[in-house]
Amino acid sequence: MSAIPKEEYLFKCTSACAGCSSSLCLRYVLKAAGPDSVLVVPACCTSVLQGIYPGTAMNVPVYNIAFAAAAACASGMSNAFRSLGKETNVIVYAGDGGTVDIGIQALSGAFERGTDFLYICYDNEAYGNTGMQRSGATPLGARTTTTPGGKPTAKKDLDRIVAAHNPPYMATACSAYPLDLYKKVKKALSIPGPKFIHILAPCPPGWRYPSEKTVEMGKLAVKTGTWVLYEREFGKLSISGPSKAAMKKPAPLEDYIKGQGRFKNISPEIIDEMRQQVERNIQRLSREEAGIC
Amino acid sequence: MLTIATGNKAVAAAVKAAKPGVIAAYPITPQTEIVEQIAEYVNAGDLASQYIPVESEHSAMAACIGASAGGVRTFTATSSHGLLYMHEMVHWAAGARLPIVMANVNRALGPGWNTWAEHSDAFSQRDTGWLQVFVSTVQEAYDATLMAFKIAEDERVLLPVMVNLDGFALSHIMQSLETVDLGDFLPPYHLPHAVDTENPCVYGPMTGPDDYFRFRWDIERSMRDARGVIADVEREFAERFGRSYGPTEDYRCEDADVVVIAVGTLGKEAEVAIDLLRDEGIKAGSMRLRWFRPFPDLDLAGREVVVIDRDYSFGFGGVVANAVRAKTGVEPYSVIAGLGGQEVTYNNIAEFVRNRHPGEETWFGVSNHV
Ligand SMILES: Cc1ncc(C[n+]2csc(CCOP(=O)(O)OP(=O)(O)O)c2C)c(N)n1
Ligand code: SF4
Repeated sequence: MSAIPKEEYLFKCTSACAGCSSSLCLRYVLKAAGPDSVLVVPACCTSVLQGIYPGTAMNVPVYNIAFAAAAACASGMSNAFRSLGKETNVIVYAGDGGTVDIGIQALSGAFERGTDFLYICYDNEAYGNTGMQRSGATPLGARTTTTPGGKPTAKKDLDRIVAAHNPPYMATACSAYPLDLYKKVKKALSIPGPKFIHILAPCPPGWRYPSEKTVEMGKLAVKTGTWVLYEREFGKLSISGPSKAAMKKPAPLEDYIKGQGRFKNISPEIIDEMRQQVERNIQRLSREEAGIC
Repeated sequence: MLTIATGNKAVAAAVKAAKPGVIAAYPITPQTEIVEQIAEYVNAGDLASQYIPVESEHSAMAACIGASAGGVRTFTATSSHGLLYMHEMVHWAAGARLPIVMANVNRALGPGWNTWAEHSDAFSQRDTGWLQVFVSTVQEAYDATLMAFKIAEDERVLLPVMVNLDGFALSHIMQSLETVDLGDFLPPYHLPHAVDTENPCVYGPMTGPDDYFRFRWDIERSMRDARGVIADVEREFAERFGRSYGPTEDYRCEDADVVVIAVGTLGKEAEVAIDLLRDEGIKAGSMRLRWFRPFPDLDLAGREVVVIDRDYSFGFGGVVANAVRAKTGVEPYSVIAGLGGQEVTYNNIAEFVRNRHPGEETWFGVSNHV
């Protein structure tokens, strides 16, 4: 951990919920990015947690923008900076809804154009800002306020959509592994062009678990293989350390599901379907890493 | 340099002269020629801008917002459904106090797909905080686009400007165009609140009622100040380049008993009608409304007024007629004409004046009088 700078760019006392892991991630993202960075933030929990004008909880410029517009706004800003000869990091920090649903067109456009920026999606698997409705990233079976009986469809595979754009760098991360996240942000920002990091960010009110269990919840996601940590550099996939061990012998899926109120009363059939999804995903990623695909 | 050009090409030529740092745009008929011409300039090395061919109009305006805040001059162009699709970001640009310039090639809105001229697209953005100017000739399209950058970037304004030109009726017609050597008419882009990592600030955060209210008042105050800035910039333009404009273009108005108010190419067409009416002994004049926001003061005391609206606010009336009524207290004869590119000739306009019914409204070719 000694490699991580002491400087803070996200100050204490934000208005995030207790145990919010996405704000923890933001803290590490900013430590990795350093002071010559600008955050572009669409409507999401992050638009709220930074505080109310004229205060700010952040020590880098933050450009708040409309829900669907983050990647396009960042595209314009990155082009402006580059035309002025500035190297400033332009980083989108967006929720899953703002990424997989309303913002996906702008995301796709910016990646296709080769915008020099880093797009980070912190994925709390629901719309936190508006009070926990389903997003395209909500997993099968999870209860949200708009899927009170459990979401009937699977989580949208954002990473494969992004991968189809062939960015020079993309990675997954999880709030329970901050050093891994820190290194990935560092590496992403050392590469020119469009970069993408997808962070699983457990959310106590959304997932309905006690706030002190946030780190544990992230670890369980990785240990059960529900969330796989990897990097894809210039198309080459490598599984990250914590997932390597987990994927050899995943912990029982029930360990992950049972502590979350959003999966309360979930049927054995759905759990079975979830288990198959996890297995398929692990196999697909392992094959890809081994170059068999 | 004297040449001939379409309205679209004139806008593109003005953009080339203004040298924006970033241009982000998406094509739509009848604006397409503008973005194509700009792409050609950039490709040929005649314009050293970053051209961002975005995937939608919402993104075009978002990219302009990012770039303008990032510290460079920006431009985009759109029309009709493109403008409506970007509506959310149109508000955002003004609220964020960014001097973006946009050409809007006025076109009708579906359904009933229709690519011809109508002003409903621009007027649907009436309350966004953008300055709006409507032009009537190729030369004016060029001149107004150049002036738009200077007006928008003035620190007393810092609001975006929309330059409106009629689809096909101006965007695609050829007229003579005199391009100018700009010299230092446009100063280097300077945004006092440009994003600066040396001075980290938060832009557009959650804002309580009092501050929010004050920000809205600041926009209105700048809109009021913009009247003076527009006059200053138009005066300087006239001194430097010899062509002068005003909030309205008045034609034979001094002694007129009846005044025609119209917008864009119909406002120009009205001038021919005025000559015709004068030959008949009718003391008519015309005021072509150029600036719609901020709305100018109109001196209509003691005259009858005929307003031609190429737009309509359903359930209420013509947008310009309503504005004239509210601003001056005059009850005009309101003619709704030219929707979806309906042809309106100077003869028709002369007929509106001859048959006027003050205080009434008529739909040309559809309802009563005409
Ligand atoms: C055009 C538009 N539609 C809806 C909203 C309301 N809205 C604000 S944030 C949000 C959900 C954000 O969810 P997500 O991106 O997952 O981020 P989180 O809130 O979970 O951090 C919604 C629906 C909006 N701001 N703009
Ligand atoms: S709702 Fe979830 S993501 Fe949003 S602030 Fe609270 S804990 Fe964080």
